[in-house]
Amino acid sequence: MISLGLRGSLRCRLSRILIQRDSFKWHALMAVFLTCVFSCSQAQTVHSLLTAKPQDARLSGFEFMGESTRALQLDASQNPAMLSVREGEQLWSARIGSKQAACQDCHGNANESMRGIASRYPAWDGAIKRPVSLSHRINLCRSRYLGMDQSLIEGPATLALEAYLALQSKADRITSVDDPNVLPWLENGHRLFEKRIGQIALSCADCHEHRAGSRLGASVIPQAHPTAYPVYRLQWQSLGALSRRIRGCFSGIRAELPEPYSDPMVSLELYLRQRAAGMPHEGPGVRP
Amino acid sequence: MTTQPLRSQTAPSKDAQFTLPDHSPDADRPLASSYEDAIKRFRGPRNLIPGRIKLNIAVLIDNGNTVPISIAVIPTPHSLSNIESIAVFSERNPQHEVIRLTVEPGHSSTEVASRIRLATSQKLIAIANFEDNTCCSDEVDVIVTLAACLEGEG
Amino acid sequence: MRGALIRIRVSISHPMETGYRRSSEGERLSRNIIKKFSCMLNGDLIFSADLYPAISANPYLSFQHRAARSGELTFLWEGDGGFKHVERVIMSVQ
Repeated sequence: MISLGLRGSLRCRLSRILIQRDSFKWHALMAVFLTCVFSCSQAQTVHSLLTAKPQDARLSGFEFMGESTRALQLDASQNPAMLSVREGEQLWSARIGSKQAACQDCHGNANESMRGIASRYPAWDGAIKRPVSLSHRINLCRSRYLGMDQSLIEGPATLALEAYLALQSKADRITSVDDPNVLPWLENGHRLFEKRIGQIALSCADCHEHRAGSRLGASVIPQAHPTAYPVYRLQWQSLGALSRRIRGCFSGIRAELPEPYSDPMVSLELYLRQRAAGMPHEGPGVRP
Repeated sequence: MTTQPLRSQTAPSKDAQFTLPDHSPDADRPLASSYEDAIKRFRGPRNLIPGRIKLNIAVLIDNGNTVPISIAVIPTPHSLSNIESIAVFSERNPQHEVIRLTVEPGHSSTEVASRIRLATSQKLIAIANFEDNTCCSDEVDVIVTLAACLEGEG
Repeated sequence: MRGALIRIRVSISHPMETGYRRSSEGERLSRNIIKKFSCMLNGDLIFSADLYPAISANPYLSFQHRAARSGELTFLWEGDGGFKHVERVIMSVQ
């Protein structure tokens, strides 16, 4: 298989080209059969990895979507999130900002130093004395050490880097929250999850806890585990972080939107992480 | 990555009137006025032959914004002619043209794939034209579901 | 291997704005799509696609090629507003 690595300006059009021998048109019938069997068993292995243990009632949003959407996520050559991963990979080594420094100057190879990072966030930031999401951490790092402009908060570059780092967490288990510093935010997040808000007066739990698996219109309500963020949401036709999804929910129930990186936002993200502790991270995923 | 904030697309109701832009931005790509017209114009006077083409698409779609499709064209014992072009048309999108493909000359079989938008539940047809002035088609009925929670902010 | 059937998959980041959507202020968002994709091997066209607004954002295409000769593959995307993007890959066939 030839995968084209692309270079270019940071804001150039991201494109991906994959060339591989097309086994399915191989003229030997047995070869075609074996390929199909291998593909099925490979898909089964990944499927098993992604589902929770039988005694665990928790299910990733992956389980609630249709076959074709699942196939989109599982195939890296088709997963639309991979375009952002490619951009993030370029940004990781790009010299930028007033200091002309790059992420890799401190962190080296992301696939070594950033292993499992997305499954450990939100996490405590000692400098600002509060927990921060991975997106916020990337922004803080880039402004502190690369001299980047903080006004690019939740911008495309931050998202692309988050996607690249989320890929380094693929198949790692989301870790339990055990830092006592963040406990007040974790408790706040639990409280917010149960609290009815907005014009429609619904809480997160009303849909994602008590009615998960039933339908809202034609859509099946998932359990709201952050196992595949940042996610390419078909509804958005673009990539978005967990904070974007949370804001979408608040908007849907006609509640005031929490500000990016605010206390309510990070509290909810922290609680969702704890709620999903032990579930495998899927890397940047696809959702309807 | 797009620099324009995207908003969720919701499918219009059955009775909604689609307003086409004031004029087609492509003078060289005139649009068909109906689904049947689009099919007729692409087929031309070609004879329709059975089989040879398969349009693969999920019957129940999670979200009409991104629907994976694939089209497979294979020769049959009675039809070995090379492919000239392949087109896909939608019954109920604002424009009926979806995609038109030209494959490498001298090939009687191919498999292509893409991702398309479907405005609502509808029929979709894939047509292949061959060098011997024949054509074949495969039509499918798809059901498109919507996100029930409408987000104001994308 | 010479004569092997290979699959080429391409995707590119692009909003593929249909021209039918309206902003939250009610203004129509003007069409901005990729209209044509072409793949050439040593200058010979091996695949092309005319894309319409019905093609999803960040358009993805997958097609086949029988690898009979080595050469340079050129991928070209063209669209509204003079949009043009080119990528090149050297393909070696043994």
